[in-house]
Amino acid sequence: MAASILEERKSSIILSGAKKGVSCEKESVSGSVSQRACVFCGARVVLNPITDACHIVHGPIGCASYTWDIRGSLTSGGEAYRNSYSTDLRETDIVFGGEKKLKAAIDELMESEQKPPKLIFVYATCIVGVIGDDVEAVCRESQKKWGIRVIPVKAPGFSGTKSQGYKLACDAIMDYISPFARQPASFGINILGDYNLAGEMWIVKGYFEKIGIPVISTITGDASSESLIKAPSASLNVVQCAGSASYLAQRMEAEMGVPWLKASFYGAQDISSSIVRVADALKDAAICEKARAFTAYESERARSVIDKYKPRFEGKKAAIFVGGGFKAISLIRQFKEFGMKIVLVGTQTGKRDEYDVIESIADDGAVVLDDANPAELEQFMAEKGADILVGGVKERPLAYKLGVAFLDHNHERKHPLAGYIGIENFASEVNLSMNSPVWHHLGMHC
Amino acid sequence: MLDLTPKEIVNREALRVNPCKTCQPVGAMYAALGVRKCMPHSHGSQGCCSYHRTVISRHFKEPAIASSSSFTEGASVFGGRSNLTTAARNIFDIYDPDIIAVHTTCLSETIGDDMGSYISDLKIPEGKHVVHCNTPSYAGSHITGYFNMMKGFMNYLTEKTGIPNGKTAIFPGWANPGDIRHLKKLCEAMKVRTVMFPDQSGIMDAPMTGKYELYPPGGTTISEIRSLGDCRRVIALGEFTSLEPAEHLEKKWKVPFDILPAPIGVDFTDRFIMALRRISKIEVPYDIEERRGQLVDLMLDSSQYTFKKKVAVFGDPDTVLGLTSLCLELGMLPKYVITGTPKEDFAKRARDLFEKYGAQDCLAKANADLFELHQRIKNDRVDLLIGTSYGKQIAKAEDIPFIRAGFPVLDRYGGPLLPIVGYTGGIRLAEKITEALMDRQDRDCKDEDLEAVM
Repeated sequence: MAASILEERKSSIILSGAKKGVSCEKESVSGSVSQRACVFCGARVVLNPITDACHIVHGPIGCASYTWDIRGSLTSGGEAYRNSYSTDLRETDIVFGGEKKLKAAIDELMESEQKPPKLIFVYATCIVGVIGDDVEAVCRESQKKWGIRVIPVKAPGFSGTKSQGYKLACDAIMDYISPFARQPASFGINILGDYNLAGEMWIVKGYFEKIGIPVISTITGDASSESLIKAPSASLNVVQCAGSASYLAQRMEAEMGVPWLKASFYGAQDISSSIVRVADALKDAAICEKARAFTAYESERARSVIDKYKPRFEGKKAAIFVGGGFKAISLIRQFKEFGMKIVLVGTQTGKRDEYDVIESIADDGAVVLDDANPAELEQFMAEKGADILVGGVKERPLAYKLGVAFLDHNHERKHPLAGYIGIENFASEVNLSMNSPVWHHLGMHC
Repeated sequence: MLDLTPKEIVNREALRVNPCKTCQPVGAMYAALGVRKCMPHSHGSQGCCSYHRTVISRHFKEPAIASSSSFTEGASVFGGRSNLTTAARNIFDIYDPDIIAVHTTCLSETIGDDMGSYISDLKIPEGKHVVHCNTPSYAGSHITGYFNMMKGFMNYLTEKTGIPNGKTAIFPGWANPGDIRHLKKLCEAMKVRTVMFPDQSGIMDAPMTGKYELYPPGGTTISEIRSLGDCRRVIALGEFTSLEPAEHLEKKWKVPFDILPAPIGVDFTDRFIMALRRISKIEVPYDIEERRGQLVDLMLDSSQYTFKKKVAVFGDPDTVLGLTSLCLELGMLPKYVITGTPKEDFAKRARDLFEKYGAQDCLAKANADLFELHQRIKNDRVDLLIGTSYGKQIAKAEDIPFIRAGFPVLDRYGGPLLPIVGYTGGIRLAEKITEALMDRQDRDCKDEDLEAVM
């Protein structure tokens, strides 16, 4: 391992096959150019897609402005989530406290909206606790005054990692749906941990409906205050992004008796096996049969896409750096379906068990690293000769500068990458980036 | 979308909806990215650093490097001294910058971290530097953070050797690399030797070479910053971004300054060129006069399409005033002129412009937000909207042609490479404006009125 890796970081980087276990689930090292975000960010991204809720960020303006209209979560109904609401705390509020302002902000929101919301989330950012605001009390009071739900999300950025924020978001959802815990059971599933980026939730939902499984609630992609409260009646929770939603599934199982399973809708193999597993879990023979027929048919079609691109992709080397471990696992499988090699796998917030799977399925010698910084990504991508990097917004320009192709598997993707249709989009984007004619102009040809 | 924006304007004191500003630290980070081999450092929670890098990356489509103190619960209780100490050591070990530019956040400000004392206790490697500025997110805006970081650099580094260097310092304000490159060309043509500070060109518009440079070869050097005290004069562009740093240097080293508006449009560019001329005392070269003439020619040629057209301009104060001035020169009516930065003088400056051109019934407002702008447009619409990417929702909802300018532009490519300043920038803007208005006319006219010649 090269000299430019910090001593403290060395345990977070291993070579696959070394059977040593990457160190993860810990705080970033001070001074790192970490690609990670914070607790507030985690909470905000999970709750943001609840389309008819108003999301008020209680704090100085930055946290509201950076999370305004983020991550392309599409809506079929509400639009309130696309506005950015904030208390824009100023110096005097820091001195005298921001409770009054928060209360007034909620009042102004309720007075000024044409269609006042039924649900408001109030995010308390870094300094709100420090200046001693009792956000819970304000929310309680406003809730009573306006007869709607006002749910506090106490998410100071420093209080952990993004994963902690996911957990807070799950708690907020539980807070909202718990009063509806007792309701007659209905046959069907909830889909958890899909945020309807580029309409992905709709694609997945469509598959289940096609094989006769009603989707009761989507959490939180294209969710609404109305649809969420039906969630406790479902027969099964299907958890797509395990990092953000497993905790919610666990709580719903413990408190509402809804069993759950993990699923992934990225890559032919994972999509098919997920659909079949969901069908099996519901124990309806007709549905199981339909699920198998449907996935067999779609897999066959997907096969032709894979066959089309495979000759172009075979042997190329992929580097993966994404938010959660579960997605990384799907991506490894998906690249392998195209005959590609995996040379680097990293996540911002992967869990122990996920890293174990990653290490077992990545090619031997692949670099596995937790909470990587650009210097490490650069070093290992160059060392391993990666042809393409999968990542998010901050990694894109880095990849290009290194002369490496890029696939956005994060908030900024514009085409659905989930579902069978996603396989085609995935392949076409990988192809477009790796084989872009622009690469020919990299060196001057005389 | 945004059909829920109600027409009726309710006075809001506490609720900000759809801001037209962001917080100080991102400004500090962008300023620090204009210094050679500098690592901007965010002293606060990790999310701040990540958000700022993201928005900068999205605007410039470039990697934006910065490190974080990565505050934890412990730091929020006991202070961030040890985070900073560890961070500085790690940054010099791994990323090897020449200088670390620390800015604070709302958290480190609220818990009262004493940055000056933390930094003076650091073991800084020989020949390296650590500077800081305070950027409480709850005061001012990203513009405030930008000039606070400039002051931070100057506070630590500037000196006066007593030997004048004959150079003129240019404070470009918050500008794109394309603007800064153009300003440098103008200074060169006017034979004015300059120190551009800060200078994001070469860094935030680094070329594609197939090799990643953590510190691309651009930016103001440390020795250039140091030499600011020996400069003969400062030309500070944009009152709201560059006045405070100029005053700082005057107070500290008695360097006199000219405060000029951001050189956007004919008049404001004239003032910049004249200021340069007063320094070098040369005739304005024909190239520059020719360019000016071309801009005026273009404005005249197209004036029937811009005359009396109503426009709303929003964004950062100095950029907005420049754009407003250009719109007025084009005979347009700047119906709404808005910034989110809380500086009341902004409205006064804008009203002076309205008066100068006899523009009636126009509104200028600081500390405003885009929800309000949208409401106002719903009540009395405009023909054109100019501003950051966050205007696109208004433009779509109200079906108004829209031109992107300012920061951030997150949804288009290439903008940061090209200038909006100078006569060349004026030509670019005039072309954009006429094209937007004329495309709309073509789109909306009857088939029989569509003409190849306009």
